[in-house]
Amino acid sequence: MGQKLLMKGNEVIAEAAIRAGCRHYFGYPITPQTEIMHYMAKKMPLVGGVFLQAESEVAAINMVYGAASAGKRVMTSSSSPGISLKQEGISYIAGAQLPAVIVNIMRGGPGLGGIQPSQSDYFQATKGGGHGDYRMVVLAPAGVQELYEMTVEAFNISDRYRIMTMILGDGVLGQMMEVVNFRDEEIVEDINKSWAANGHDNKREHNMVTSIHLDPAVLEQWNIGFQDKYKLISQNEQRYELYNCEDAEIILVAYGSVSRICKGVIKEAAEQGIKLGLVRPITLFPFPVDAFEKVINIPKAFLTVEMSAGQMVEDVKITINGRKPVYFTGRMGGMIPTVKDIMTKVMEIKEKHR
Amino acid sequence: MAIIFKAPDALCDVPMHYCPGCTHGIAHRLVAEAIDELEIEGKTIGISPVGCAYNNYLYFNCDMIQAAHGRAPAVATGVKRSLPESIVFTYQGDGDLAAIGTAEIVHAAARSENITVIFINNTIYGMTSGQMAPTTLLGQVTTTTPYGRDASYSGFPIKVCEMLATLEGPAYIERVSLHDIKNIKKAKAAVKKAFKVQIAGKGFSLVEILSTCPTNWGLNPVESMKRVENEMIPHYPLGVFVGADLEV
Repeated sequence: MGQKLLMKGNEVIAEAAIRAGCRHYFGYPITPQTEIMHYMAKKMPLVGGVFLQAESEVAAINMVYGAASAGKRVMTSSSSPGISLKQEGISYIAGAQLPAVIVNIMRGGPGLGGIQPSQSDYFQATKGGGHGDYRMVVLAPAGVQELYEMTVEAFNISDRYRIMTMILGDGVLGQMMEVVNFRDEEIVEDINKSWAANGHDNKREHNMVTSIHLDPAVLEQWNIGFQDKYKLISQNEQRYELYNCEDAEIILVAYGSVSRICKGVIKEAAEQGIKLGLVRPITLFPFPVDAFEKVINIPKAFLTVEMSAGQMVEDVKITINGRKPVYFTGRMGGMIPTVKDIMTKVMEIKEKHR
Repeated sequence: MAIIFKAPDALCDVPMHYCPGCTHGIAHRLVAEAIDELEIEGKTIGISPVGCAYNNYLYFNCDMIQAAHGRAPAVATGVKRSLPESIVFTYQGDGDLAAIGTAEIVHAAARSENITVIFINNTIYGMTSGQMAPTTLLGQVTTTTPYGRDASYSGFPIKVCEMLATLEGPAYIERVSLHDIKNIKKAKAAVKKAFKVQIAGKGFSLVEILSTCPTNWGLNPVESMKRVENEMIPHYPLGVFVGADLEV
């Protein structure tokens, strides 16, 4: 049965979180994601949940740290400059191994930048914007239906591995309206949180949630544990879409809203008799290296397209590791690459590899 | 044989790392005694700060969460809003609460978060070796005010109780001292009252405890107690700032 609704991306994220059992949201206003807050402010009281407008992004992420420490499903959302402010808390959440969901609806930067869509926080999201050797799972939906499904999934992944999961979208995804099919019931994994600091009720030893270990030998062991966990996640949780890759001369690589433009490029190229394919990473961490192994022998070259100066392209190059040429094209500052922009680059590459 | 005096159950039986003459140990004991007497250890969650008390999660027997510098009131907010039936306290020093964490403490107080804040004011940063704190007295020599704190250059000490008392949120705010037995007893009563205010659901409670730092003050423990009495109390007067008539 389910429920079919026309909704805005940002509102779908909020609705999906509630459906996934999230009853705690802490946020601070910033464009272009504030509809998430508005939706939470309206809905949380109706489902017995907590919506709280914090005094800053710094406070909001630390409220998330508190609720996550108490063992609750919790979310915050922001956009690029606000996510920078949250990095302190993000590093602590990583260090304390807390499950939490963080939404970044990216806008152009650096600094206050602009409010138009961008993908220039890829490095920050996937390489660790805060201090320390940590990772978080980064999901990159490409449409409103995926925003729904991945937000639900984000909570399950976070609980399963005691890790943060970031939904990395952009202003286009947050603001666009599309039809979304909601399931009647979500698969909410019931995961044991015996580590939580939620009051021992005189029935167990006291729990301690912390990220500090002054003995370097102890801290190293913690870090080794983190890295083992990240390896396990890399094995288990890679997600990607391969589109039109069979016999492709050039394979485009793009995530999020840019991947949709790339599908337009593929169609346009096909009309001109040029065969293009697309690798669409859905998880940015773990980076879907398996996808590239499947198609590595097919094209003459790969072309990464981003709304940035070229960030994901570095991971593509690491993955391809010199086996095929890797090119890049992109726009910055809130400008969206057009089909024409990308086609120009495609023709250039085609010329080079006749 | 009857036991007439023992360590509180809410304190773990482990050695503490605090310097000789430091009053953190006394403050910890008062908090633990209050938790014992109110029989709330099983539902209490404490938030550790950044500063000398960073690892007091090892010392309290209740569940504990270590927070980032100054963010304990925000972390406590997240816990208390998630578990409204729990008892949540933060334990913060003056650098943590009154410098880097000013926004968090002001807004937790303004929202009247139903939490208890134990605020240790010793007019100096202890853990990082004696820098100027927001509460450092004028003229006080620290490693970052080697010629004494000069108001024209470094501004004035912040009186946290007085500042927060201007807000409508707080239910109970009191400043106490640990420099002698009489005052330790008063401090104990204040800490216990702060927890009772929270148990009664009355809202935000804070106890500022004037404390010593012999190591970074360059004084022995006895001289340190005298400094609290003779130099700190004149600037930071003891007493109840909010909730004097509050019966809990």
